[in-house]
Amino acid sequence: MLSMLIKEVKTLIGKDIKLELKQKYVLNGILLYLLSTIFVTYLAFEEVLTTETWNSLFWIILLFVGVNGIGKSFVQESPARYIYYYTIASPQAVVLSKILYNLLLMAILALLSFGMFLLLMGNRLVNLELFLLALLLGSFGLSSILTMVAAIASRASNNFSLMAVLSFPIILPLLLTLMKLSRLALTGSDWSGTAGPLVILLTINFAVIILAYLLFPYLWRD
Amino acid sequence: MTDKIKITGLWWKLLGFLLLLYAVIYGFIVEIPYLDVTKESLRNVFYHVGMWFGMFAMLATSFIFSLRYLRGFHEKEDIVAVEAVNVGILFGILGLITGMIWAKNTWGAFWVRDPKLDGAAVGMFIYLAYMVLRGSIDDIHKRAKVSAVFNIFAFILWIVFVMVLPRISGSTIHPGQDGAPIMALNLSSSTRVVFYPAMAGWILLGFWIMNLRVRMRKLRMKNEE
Repeated sequence: MLSMLIKEVKTLIGKDIKLELKQKYVLNGILLYLLSTIFVTYLAFEEVLTTETWNSLFWIILLFVGVNGIGKSFVQESPARYIYYYTIASPQAVVLSKILYNLLLMAILALLSFGMFLLLMGNRLVNLELFLLALLLGSFGLSSILTMVAAIASRASNNFSLMAVLSFPIILPLLLTLMKLSRLALTGSDWSGTAGPLVILLTINFAVIILAYLLFPYLWRD
Repeated sequence: MTDKIKITGLWWKLLGFLLLLYAVIYGFIVEIPYLDVTKESLRNVFYHVGMWFGMFAMLATSFIFSLRYLRGFHEKEDIVAVEAVNVGILFGILGLITGMIWAKNTWGAFWVRDPKLDGAAVGMFIYLAYMVLRGSIDDIHKRAKVSAVFNIFAFILWIVFVMVLPRISGSTIHPGQDGAPIMALNLSSSTRVVFYPAMAGWILLGFWIMNLRVRMRKLRMKNEE
């Protein structure tokens, strides 16, 4: 049962990667979106940039990039293709593969925007390891919550505005905790006070994965 | 079906009415601790907090009925889930208004940055989004199923938000900051005599309104058939 699930997840992730490489314009669109958003922010905030704004801007941009990048998860292929997947894979495998694939995507986008921030807005980090840990946990949380919201929004019309409306309020606990954690990485080199936010992040990630695993089958069946 | 549409149980509606009547009358008579900032406005605790209790009871009801809907796909349960959210939003907006007037008079501003207020505002955003989601799906079975999934997902994350946020953002000027979703107020014993009955009254009133709306919707559906 479990080995079956793992095999299905692996195949589906491979399928998603191949599809992404085949339709490069989608990926290029997201990358360009990321770069131009950061550039616009850099020009707009150049005069007023502090460590606090650096932190807030970074996570807000990552949220918008995530909403755009993951929003397409369940609408990029034709409905007929999804019916085909329905007959050959379990819904749990579908949602887990999407979450893992989007984790990969988010991690790449997060590292890229971190690089752009270093380039344009300077390095304000004191504790790099902590920040990278925040990036990893953040990518995971954004990927799992947004994948689930994308699945919900894909079942409705006006998918893209729904994506933002549905995800912003429910992603707030994750986003504020991430901002708190990375603020610690920007202000102090010791790890004191990081345990609380880390526990919260892990709890949120764990809860979302469980919920996605249990709830996705209801979205999948028509 | 018909026996379920019938009015069931007059006693709890009467009880809710009497409790609220008591809260409204005795709430203005009862001896309250006279504090520097709040002064007589402390009496608002019987009404403002009651709105949040009512809202929370409604949203929890909606959560439970969404779970039940996914178990058996009975349309009846979806109707209760959506009407509970409707009444929850009504109570939420009333809670915001009563809170904002109170805040203006005690803290000097209609809105201040505070975890409790953020939690309330986010809750409203989530359930307004729930309504938008319902509006954008035409097929009734699909609408019921998808919105039930969103309801369950969002409610749990909202609870996390309400419990977690006060802990990471530190100080709050709002009373009841122990992190619990329902505040643990330090009330004097004379205040408590009104507070608890008032809370029960508001919750019962919420159920009464919800009950009426559910019955109305069922009748309308029956009419259309």
